[in-house]
Amino acid sequence: MSATAGDTLVSINELKVHFPITSGIVFQSKVGAVRAVDGLSFEIRRGETLGLVGESGCGKSTTGRAILQLEKLTAGQVLYEGSDLARLRGKALRRQRRRMQMIFQDPYASLNSRMTIGHIVGEPLLVHNLRPRNQREDRVRELLNLVGINPNTVNRYPHEFSGGQRQRIGIARALAVEPNFIVCDEPISALDVSIRAQIINLLQQLQRQFGLTYLFIAHDLSVVRHISDRVAVMYLGRVVELAANAELYGTPMHPYTQALLSAVPIPDPVVEEQRRAIVLAGDVPSPASPPSGCHFHTRCPAAVDGLCDVEDPALREVRPGHSAACHLVTESDYPHIRSVEDEAHSTVRAEPDTNGPSGGEGA
Amino acid sequence: MHSGESLLDVTDLAVTFASQEGQVKAVGGVTFSIRPGEMVGLVGESGCGKSISALAILGLVRMMKNATISGKVEFMGRDLLALPENEVRGVRGRDMSMIFQDPVTSLNPVLSIERQMTEGIEEHTGASHADAVKRSIELLEMVGIPKAVERIRDYPHQFSGGMRQRVMIAIALSCNPKLLLADEPTTALDVTIQAQILRLMKEMARDYGAAIVLITHDLGVVAGMTERILVMYAGRIVESGPAKALFAHPHHPYTVGLLRSVPRLDEPRADTLQSIDGLPPDLAHLPPGCAFAPRCALQARECWSAPPELLATTPGRHSACYRASLLVEKASA
Repeated sequence: MSATAGDTLVSINELKVHFPITSGIVFQSKVGAVRAVDGLSFEIRRGETLGLVGESGCGKSTTGRAILQLEKLTAGQVLYEGSDLARLRGKALRRQRRRMQMIFQDPYASLNSRMTIGHIVGEPLLVHNLRPRNQREDRVRELLNLVGINPNTVNRYPHEFSGGQRQRIGIARALAVEPNFIVCDEPISALDVSIRAQIINLLQQLQRQFGLTYLFIAHDLSVVRHISDRVAVMYLGRVVELAANAELYGTPMHPYTQALLSAVPIPDPVVEEQRRAIVLAGDVPSPASPPSGCHFHTRCPAAVDGLCDVEDPALREVRPGHSAACHLVTESDYPHIRSVEDEAHSTVRAEPDTNGPSGGEGA
Repeated sequence: MHSGESLLDVTDLAVTFASQEGQVKAVGGVTFSIRPGEMVGLVGESGCGKSISALAILGLVRMMKNATISGKVEFMGRDLLALPENEVRGVRGRDMSMIFQDPVTSLNPVLSIERQMTEGIEEHTGASHADAVKRSIELLEMVGIPKAVERIRDYPHQFSGGMRQRVMIAIALSCNPKLLLADEPTTALDVTIQAQILRLMKEMARDYGAAIVLITHDLGVVAGMTERILVMYAGRIVESGPAKALFAHPHHPYTVGLLRSVPRLDEPRADTLQSIDGLPPDLAHLPPGCAFAPRCALQARECWSAPPELLATTPGRHSACYRASLLVEKASA
């Protein structure tokens, strides 16, 4: 695993990304906004993998895109090595962009089907003018070799490769500019089960080799636990819990995190017989009109009337390195500071702590 | 055969598609049976033939022009492959129904839920429209759709993904089927919604006494839902057996690899995952022997000769592997 004691590489302050909802065809007027990301603050440390989990529509992909300035920020700041990316324009922005790359979810849609893989991987070198022309082809071959693609296939097209191989090509393209930071947006969810492990292992090996920092966006909680040093859980545009990996999976504090972890099926019938999931009622509300107060109160088994539906809980550090955004979580609920390394016991909680924040099982 | 007690007997079912690449053997001869009320998991990766097998059982593959089917699909004593289309239509949607993966594309966007639900009920039971509407509302309430009386007039886009899948389940159950084929019913859904839908399917199957074949790539989903597992690879069943025994000690190297390659929330974190090397084979150019041999850690010379047959290993369990004895011995040692 990579070092977690690194300094801050990316710092996100009060980030908001709202998409306007318009009405009318000729004279469009703004009638509302989808609050995809609604006030996020966290930091990503150099050399770590920060896992970002949540269900579809919670804003995790928008967060990743906003960090890379692929979405316009409605409010807030993204600082990369201390410089505010939104203030950069033209050449200066492009120079910074070289340090940051993205690996996309869909290996079928993210490679141009009319370009050979040699051109796809070589294009970033051309755009950023990284190598003299006569060295570019060697560099492309080197990159393909690095990700486990036969360098003699440079003249082939994406359709000649399988999903897993295409994802490797996408990774080679991201590595071409020698980035420090890569946003991995659901990099394995479109792949077959037997191929997923190959890609995860490759990402981890490349991280060790080049000292990369990852923001790993995924909905699969088991995979995020495997790859991340720290994990942030999102719900409706906000981070509801953030902690070191073993801490979050071992002692989830937020009722949403607890429900999410208890809902993951374990590939073992004996364990499944015992597992008691907290089944949340209802669907995730629309981010166009999020509930008042705590966004989760409409589905929360522990919600308190007059508090949770009125007051918006801030993300606060409940104990060192472990933050949660819930009115009902107090420091005194978690008096025992468990060893973070004590991974053997970080099993899924079937039920929340008796002295924990949620009062029992959901409907 | 054991057709006396079983609901469905599939014998040597094979499906081949003619394509530019040549003959694609999507399903290469599968044999299995399902007992009434049984919950069976059909597990495999994309392209292993699990969905095509289900479509063939429903009689939907023979409508495809480039497909060739052989074998037998005996359902409640009748070979569906030998029946004319109008008779199969009387079975499909009534005694046997299907839940598809994607609730967005499997409902007709321009018809109201009422239209889509009552159509099948009227067709199969001869009920009047008013009775069919009444029954539909009951079903929608049962699958947990709030205000079903009002919502039945809505169109699919007015429902969320989880709600649409509930509507699909209501439609599938509308004529009290004996067999429900569910093809990746929760893959498009979030984990918290997945938990709701799986619980609902289990309750519904129990209440109606329907057998379920749960088709999925997700080993976690079948572990909690099914009693018996069939594992498919490259168009064939490579292993079958009771869920608990199979998960505890797989008798096929592919199942071993599949189980090892997924990280588990209830186990300590490993530094690296054990992946299965290589890629699934091209179905138009299958290797002469075992299709898994090129990726297999246990492969030997015999594995390259001819495809291995699905043979009994221990009571109630089968494996299509020349080297299965190595895995069986390891388990008993």
